Amino acid sequence: MDLIVYYASWALLLCGAFLCAIGGLGILRLPDFYSRQHAAGITDTLGSAFVLIGLMLQSGFSLNAAKLVMILIFLILTSPVATHAIAQAARQSGLEPKVVAEEDEA
Amino acid sequence: MSDALGLYNYWIAIFLMMVGFYNVIASGNLVKKLIGLSIFQTSVFLLYITMGKVKDGTAPILGDGYDTFSNPLPHVLILTAIVVGIATTAVGLALVVRIQEHFGTIEEDELIAQEDSP
Amino acid sequence: MIHVVDMTLLAFLALVAIAVTRMTNLFATSVLTGVYSLLMACIFTVLDAVDVAFTEAAVGAGISTVLFLATLSLTTQREKPQRSPNWKALCVALLTGGALVYGTFDMPHFGDPQAPVHQHVGPHYIGVSPTQIGVPNMVTSVLASYRGYDTLGETAVIFTACMAVLLLLQHEKRRDEQSTVEKKPDKEAMEHAIILRVQSKFFIPLILLFGLYVQFHGDFGPGGGFQAGVIFAAGIILYSLVNGLDKARQIIPPNVLHGLVAFGLLLYAGTGLASLFMDGNFLQYRALAEEATHGEHIGILLIELGVGITVATVMTSMFFSFSGRRRS
Repeated sequence: MDLIVYYASWALLLCGAFLCAIGGLGILRLPDFYSRQHAAGITDTLGSAFVLIGLMLQSGFSLNAAKLVMILIFLILTSPVATHAIAQAARQSGLEPKVVAEEDEA
Repeated sequence: MSDALGLYNYWIAIFLMMVGFYNVIASGNLVKKLIGLSIFQTSVFLLYITMGKVKDGTAPILGDGYDTFSNPLPHVLILTAIVVGIATTAVGLALVVRIQEHFGTIEEDELIAQEDSP
Repeated sequence: MIHVVDMTLLAFLALVAIAVTRMTNLFATSVLTGVYSLLMACIFTVLDAVDVAFTEAAVGAGISTVLFLATLSLTTQREKPQRSPNWKALCVALLTGGALVYGTFDMPHFGDPQAPVHQHVGPHYIGVSPTQIGVPNMVTSVLASYRGYDTLGETAVIFTACMAVLLLLQHEKRRDEQSTVEKKPDKEAMEHAIILRVQSKFFIPLILLFGLYVQFHGDFGPGGGFQAGVIFAAGIILYSLVNGLDKARQIIPPNVLHGLVAFGLLLYAGTGLASLFMDGNFLQYRALAEEATHGEHIGILLIELGVGITVATVMTSMFFSFSGRRRS
């Protein structure tokens, strides 16, 4: 049982790290500001959630796990609002999303 | 080679110190100079805290099962230094705001030109 | 393993510092400075300096970024680009760096327990602090009791910096023509900020409660007056950013704020004087109660409260001064 929890926590930690790396790659490579926000959103939500749940599995049923649950709740509540604030500030200062010209479909 | 491993922290702290130093002397914008000064400050903090670390030690908080602690003295010095650093940076930023209001610019060469002309 | 994490984070730090130098957009540079502070806080945690990491994260990634952005909103956002790198400055920096690196070859290696810095005073404090003061967090016991006089000086420096900022930025420019104009932009701003307002209503009480927790828990874990003051100020600054400076000024009148700045420092010095009147030396807390460790606990509680009040109100009043200055 302990071994399963150990391997599950490692799998979650590695998945979380991989997702954060993908988010970072997206921030570098995506063409437009608003699409880069989507990439940053992966890092904030799924990446950090996997890392935190992996850490919770490693620390068992203790005060540390309760603190990690609270950190996860705070992250899930604040990161969408932060993304919204950034995107709205960009829209208000006039940054238009990049629109690809429509091709004529046959 | 073991020299490089053992002294790497100090070398990075010196590199950061020089980056901050270069920003202070080479940049013309006053706010950029203050940012360089703040990088310089944090590199000095890094130097002190690196010197306080003890191998296989833990944070200097008493707990069951821990008997080797990192030295608490550098932590105390740097803790107060961080807050004092931000307070003095705020004074510098207030001066920059007043300079902007009085001269209309915060670029160093334009300020010198305005002061030289009668 | 710690070496690998440590070396990687330090390499990132060097890259961020180079990026800060090369960018000309000051807005982006300020945000990068926040990233730099976050990396620094991670490095401090790896180096076992948890109190320092706490302070650096709160101050560097929070208050410092807000103050830089407030200054940039009052001045310019772009730096004049330099034609070519300043070769003379680069030479001076390289020479100084070279001399310093030459000096590091005599220094003890990273983590060496036989280093001179770990020989006399450090082990002495680690040895006697559990019995003499009885507080688990040794950083608090050194900061508040063994080196309490230094901390009094540092709190006085923070107080003086607040006085300087107030002297420079206190009186708002052109009050008469602004009073009719400023109402409208505030209303529009608040309608756009409705999601932020709803969310901040949930979070600001939690931030302030966490600040109180850090203040009084500084004896048992990382925390203390400095961190708690900064967290408290961050909560108030969040309220002011979302709801407007006028509302924040109604909740915390500037007179009360300025009075509290002085009160915190007076509380600290007053504790020292109280121990002087009770047959001890200045800041010798064991004179405050019959039993020595009990007196130390009372003394540490009072001066950490003084430090927390001063730091919180200093950061808040500095932010109010910057935010209340109208753009010319």
